[in-house]
Amino acid sequence: MEEIITLDYGSGGTKTSGLIEELLLPAFDNPALNVLGDGAVLDGSEKLVFSTDSFVVSPWRFPGGNIGKLCVCGTVNDIAMAGGIPRYLSLSFVLEEGFLISDLKEIITSIAQEAKAAGIIIATGDTKVVERGKGDGIYINTSGIGFLRAPGLGKDQIRPGDTVILSGSAGCHGASVMMARAGLSQEVLSSDCRILTDLAGAALASGQVRILRDPTRGGVATTLNEFVEDSDLTIELDESQIPVDAPVAAACELLGLDPLYCACEGRMLAVCEPGSAKAIVHALHQLPGGEGAACIGTVTQSRPGKVILKTRLGGTRLLGKLTGQQLPRIC
Amino acid sequence: MLYESVFKNPENTQRILHKLESLSQVTGPVKLMEICGTHTMAIARTGLKTILPKNIQLISGPGCPVCVTPSGVMDEVFKLSEDPRIIITSYGDLLRVPGSVRGDSLLRRKASGANVIDVYSPVDALNLARENPDREVVFLGVGFETTAPGTAACILEACRLGLENFSVLCLLKSTEPALRALIGGDDFSVSGFLCPGHVAAITGSESFAFLPKDYGLPAVVSGFEAADLLYSILKLMQMLADKKPELVNEYVRLVRPEGNPAAKAMMDQVFEPESCQWRGLGMVPDGGLKIRREYARFDGMKRYGITPKTGTDVPGCRCAQVIRGVLSPGQCPLFKTVCTPGDPVGPCMVSSEGSCAAAFRYEA
Repeated sequence: MEEIITLDYGSGGTKTSGLIEELLLPAFDNPALNVLGDGAVLDGSEKLVFSTDSFVVSPWRFPGGNIGKLCVCGTVNDIAMAGGIPRYLSLSFVLEEGFLISDLKEIITSIAQEAKAAGIIIATGDTKVVERGKGDGIYINTSGIGFLRAPGLGKDQIRPGDTVILSGSAGCHGASVMMARAGLSQEVLSSDCRILTDLAGAALASGQVRILRDPTRGGVATTLNEFVEDSDLTIELDESQIPVDAPVAAACELLGLDPLYCACEGRMLAVCEPGSAKAIVHALHQLPGGEGAACIGTVTQSRPGKVILKTRLGGTRLLGKLTGQQLPRIC
Repeated sequence: MLYESVFKNPENTQRILHKLESLSQVTGPVKLMEICGTHTMAIARTGLKTILPKNIQLISGPGCPVCVTPSGVMDEVFKLSEDPRIIITSYGDLLRVPGSVRGDSLLRRKASGANVIDVYSPVDALNLARENPDREVVFLGVGFETTAPGTAACILEACRLGLENFSVLCLLKSTEPALRALIGGDDFSVSGFLCPGHVAAITGSESFAFLPKDYGLPAVVSGFEAADLLYSILKLMQMLADKKPELVNEYVRLVRPEGNPAAKAMMDQVFEPESCQWRGLGMVPDGGLKIRREYARFDGMKRYGITPKTGTDVPGCRCAQVIRGVLSPGQCPLFKTVCTPGDPVGPCMVSSEGSCAAAFRYEA
C-alpha cells in the first residue's frame, strides 16, 4: 500500500526517526543538521546554537501550562540542551478562524511571562489564519538562537562507565495532557513544562557532561535509545532509581500508559563522567525543578545499542524506542 | 503508597524464588500458561521470566482479545469505515490491527479520512451517538467477560434512550469454552493456569473450578502486580509438587467466588452464547457472545449485513500456534525479521499485549 502520514509519524518514535533519516537528512545533508542534536551549532565569530519547533498540543490549555508556555520552553530547552545560552526567539502563529481573542491573549501572556523568565526576547514573528475546519484552533512555531557556552557535547562523547542522570519525575507532561484529553482532571497532576537553562548550566559547570537532552516526545526511554543506538554502548537503568511521581504513576496505570514513554517538557537527561555524577545531582537539587534529580543508570557494553532495565523485582528487560503513539488498551 | 510498596515491590522475592527452585526440582520442567493479555504485559514488564528457575516456563495463551479476533473481521470493519455517515469507535488496541491486506488498519483509514475514534469505554461511544444524531456510531465490542458487561450496559442504556444511531459489532468472546477447546487440542502440554483476575472479577473465581475438576489442572486466579504473580506461581508449583490440583483465588482483594452478579445478569439479559471463530483455535462451540433478538436493532452485524469471515493469515505467520502456546514468539520465522511492532504481520505483534509484541519489546 502507498505510504501515508499517520499520527505515528509525529509520535517521536521509530516512525519519526524513519522520516528524518530516510527523507529529510538525505535531502538537506549538512554537518550542522546531520548530528541530529536538539539544536544546530553554527560557525561564526561566536558559535551559535539554532533550533526550531512546532507546537500543536491538544487541548491547548492543560494542567500546569498552555501552548504559549510550551512553545517558549520547547525551543529554549532545545538550545540549552545543545550547550547554548538561549537569547532570541521567533514566534509564528497559525490560527483557525473562530479562535477566541481572549484565549489568544491568555496564550500571549504566558509567552511573555516565560520569555522574561528565560531571559530571551521575541525578536520576530508572523501570524496566519486558516479557514474554520482547517486547523485545530492554534498552532505555533518558534525558532530560537543562542550562544554556545559548552562546545563538544554529543552522543559520540559517551563512554562506558558514564552515569545517566534524570532531573526529576518522568512522564509528568505527557500524563497530564492525556488526563486532560480524557476529560479527567486531577488536581495533583500537572505538566513539568519549565525552562531548563539553569539546570543545564548547573550540570555543565562540572565540565564533565557528555550530552544533555530533554526527553520530550517518546519520553525518557526513547531519548536514551537515541543515545546508544548504532553504537557499541548499552545503557543499563535501575527501575527503582527512576523518579516517577505518584500521581504520574497513578494516571499512567489508569490510562494504560508507560511513564517512561510519556513526554517531559521540563526534564533533563544528562550523561556524565561517573566521578562527577554525585556533585551534579547535588547541584540540581538546589535549583527549582531539579529537586527530584537522581542517577538512574550506567553506560556499559553488555548489549550494544540497547537500553536495559533492571526491574524492581530484580529481573531485566529491554526498554525499546516508542514505535508509535501510545494507545489505550482494552482492559 | 500501600499499593506501590506491597504489591509492586514484594519483600519476600528472594525467599519465594528459593522455594520455587526447590519445588521445581520436585516437579521437573513445567509450562504454566497465563490467559490474560494484562498478565502477559505484567510478566514482561517486571522481567519475571528472567528470575524464575529454569524448570518453570511461562507461556501466553489465548488471552489477548485482539489476537484471537480473525483477520476477516477487520476487513469488514474497514469496508464499514468507508461510509461517511458512520463513525467507528474502538478501543485503542484495535486501531493498528491489519486485515487481509498488510499495512491496512483503522489508523491508516483514519489518516485517509475515515471517521475513526478511539475510546476508553463504550460509554464514550454512546455519548458520541447522542451528540451526533445525524451520524451512525458503531462500537467495536471486543474483549472477554471483562468488557462484556460494560457493552451490555450501553446497549441497555441506548434502548432506554431510544437511540436509533448506535450499534455494536459484537466480537465478544467467552473464556471457559476457549480454555476447554485449548485443553482438548492434540498439542496441549500445559501443567497449570494463571487465571485472569479481571475476567474472574465478573465471572467469579468459581468459574475456573472446572480446570482442576474436569481436567486435573491446578489453577490460580491472579492479580497483576509482581507480588500477585510470584505468589500465584508459588501456589501453582506447590499444587504440582503435591499432585493436588485445586482452584486458588489469590486476587481476593477484588475477586469473589460468585463474581459480580449484577454484571453477570446484565450480560445474560443482552447476550447469548454463540459458536464462533477464534484465531488459533478455530470454531469454538459457545466461544462467543451475540446480541439477543430483543436488542437486534443495536446489533451492528445485522444492521450492516456483516458475516465475519475467517480471513486468510499471512503465509509464514505462526500466530495461531503462538496463541495456543505451542510455539514461543522467537520460533516464528517472521519474528523480528519482517514482523515488528512498527510493521506487524500477525495480531500477536499488533496488540500491545500480544505475546509477540511483549517478547519483541521486553525480552533482552
